[in-house]
Amino acid sequence: MSQDVELDHVTMNFGAFTAVKDVSLTIKAGEFFSFLGPSGCGKTTILRMISGFNDPTEGTIRIGGQDMRGIGPNARPTALIFQNLALFPLMTVWENIAFGLEARYVPRAKRRKRAEELLELIALTDAADKRVSQLSGGQRQRVAIARALAVEPKVMLLDEPLSALDLKLRQHMRAELRAIQRRTGVTFIYITHDQGEALTMSDRVAVMSQGVIQQVANAAEIYNDPATPFVATFVGENNIFRGTVVSVAGELAEIDTPSGRLRGRNRAGLSVGSAALLFARPERITPRSGAVTAEINSLDLQLNHIDFEGNFANLFLTGAGERTIIMQMANNGSLPRLQSGETVPVSFAAADAVILPDGPLATS
Amino acid sequence: MKNLVKRYGMLLTGYMVVASLIWIVLLVVLPYFTMVDYSFRPNLLAADIGGPNDHYTISNYITLFQNAVHFRVFLDTIWGGALVTLICLCICYPVAFNLAKVATPQRAALLLLLLVIPFWINEILRTFAWFIILAYQGPLNAVLKFFHIIDRPIRYLSGNTGVMVGMVYAYILFMVFPIYNAMESLDKGQIEAARDLGAPTWRIHWRVVIPHAKPGIAVGCIMTFMLAVSSYAVPSILGSTNSRWFTEIIYQWFFEGQNWPQGSAYAFILLLLCIVFILIMMKVFKVGLTDIAK
Repeated sequence: MSQDVELDHVTMNFGAFTAVKDVSLTIKAGEFFSFLGPSGCGKTTILRMISGFNDPTEGTIRIGGQDMRGIGPNARPTALIFQNLALFPLMTVWENIAFGLEARYVPRAKRRKRAEELLELIALTDAADKRVSQLSGGQRQRVAIARALAVEPKVMLLDEPLSALDLKLRQHMRAELRAIQRRTGVTFIYITHDQGEALTMSDRVAVMSQGVIQQVANAAEIYNDPATPFVATFVGENNIFRGTVVSVAGELAEIDTPSGRLRGRNRAGLSVGSAALLFARPERITPRSGAVTAEINSLDLQLNHIDFEGNFANLFLTGAGERTIIMQMANNGSLPRLQSGETVPVSFAAADAVILPDGPLATS
Repeated sequence: MKNLVKRYGMLLTGYMVVASLIWIVLLVVLPYFTMVDYSFRPNLLAADIGGPNDHYTISNYITLFQNAVHFRVFLDTIWGGALVTLICLCICYPVAFNLAKVATPQRAALLLLLLVIPFWINEILRTFAWFIILAYQGPLNAVLKFFHIIDRPIRYLSGNTGVMVGMVYAYILFMVFPIYNAMESLDKGQIEAARDLGAPTWRIHWRVVIPHAKPGIAVGCIMTFMLAVSSYAVPSILGSTNSRWFTEIIYQWFFEGQNWPQGSAYAFILLLLCIVFILIMMKVFKVGLTDIAK
């Protein structure tokens, strides 16, 4: 039976450095929730505060409605999976898994049985008496998960568990983790800097930068409807046009940029004269065909080069002021044959572009 | 050997090997062989050497088991050494753990400095300092009387108490550093993982920290025990009339009794004792020679 996790105006200061600034959100019971952000954005600090290794400087953390201040990690209904796994090298695999039960004075026979059940769950039935050093990276990963599940936590906390694995294994483990979460119904709080992981595995994602939560939403919203320039540039690729708002009409707004007048969704409700950024995803830009209406932005750009990636191609185009614009086209037979330097007329719908107030971007 | 020659060349390797051999043979092997040889000979006047009485005998060794006083002292020394080792372990384990895992780098550096500074002073002088502190009319008794903890002064320097206090103090570093070294390599994440899984502090130490620190604990115990049982200065300064350390008996045989063969036999017995202790420690802690060497 899993539980809600509530962060109420949580702030963490390490001396003069603020790692987490005034974070308030609720993670629902049984949810797969991810914190996504670059290194140093504060997500590990939040995880350590939820698990009990640090107490927040300000604010409250509640699990299942109960204030967790002063309650140590061994008394909280959480289990943390460390980035480097922190398995016990001097114990066998089953002893590792059963350690939490050992701490709860469960008799040896029962411990062994429960460890074997969990080994079956993670498909490592013949590894019970092996040493951790005899296992591969993916197997150790699974043992760490089993060790945490053994204590039947209400909330599982995962600190970038897949970052040390190779690509194929990572993809396999993504599916496994999601499957385990659905099967057990435990609340999973997952932190990562890999947006692919966060978007594919989570029910909801919180994007963080420098201690501040930028946006909390599901994957589609984060991608299609970013709330801040940071989210727009951190998640996926985005073309940026900088300008000033000249007119506002309903849901759309028009900004004046070096590339001309462009229209996009006025998500933030900006008024005329504000400094703004317009974002257009590479896959929403297409070669111009048909008439130009008020809801279509059109540009004439020059082809710089094409990066063929197999299932799609990125066309690098140069616009006014030497800015590079990327257009992504699927390899479905419609890829144009173009020479470097050729003029390429492109267009994108105003509904596909987002206008946001000028702000810090994700540095790649 | 081939690797050495490859890395350093023939000349330098040759020098290193020869220098090591000279050091080991001249300063370690030869003296020990001489001592062992002496121990099996009877104590003869200069004139009788080479004569009919000069033959190998184990009578020097039997003397220890026949002499009730000496044997008693031998056992007391073993017991005292073991006690010193145990007390040192109990004191130094928390200190080493604090240094390795709990303290911030600055505080750890400060603690290490505080631990090492006394050792800049000669061991004999520090032992004399304890002689003064533990004296019947000394400062320790004075302070305890001032705070009304005791009514009459305690005679610390009677029996082996003073000796053991002095030894624990003298050999603290030899216990702290091996354990500290072993604990440093322990991943702090393991301690946190154990705590996160619900283990209280004692279980974390019992199941995670101590198994990892075992080689260090073994080395520390071995060093402390060997130093304690073969210590001469501390027992002779802090010992009283009713305390005797085995080393003092060896000294007596050599310098007061002029019986070098007998003294050699006792010394060799002491050496055997230390070797036996090392082997027992290695068995109990399940450590090999390479772990100790590190």
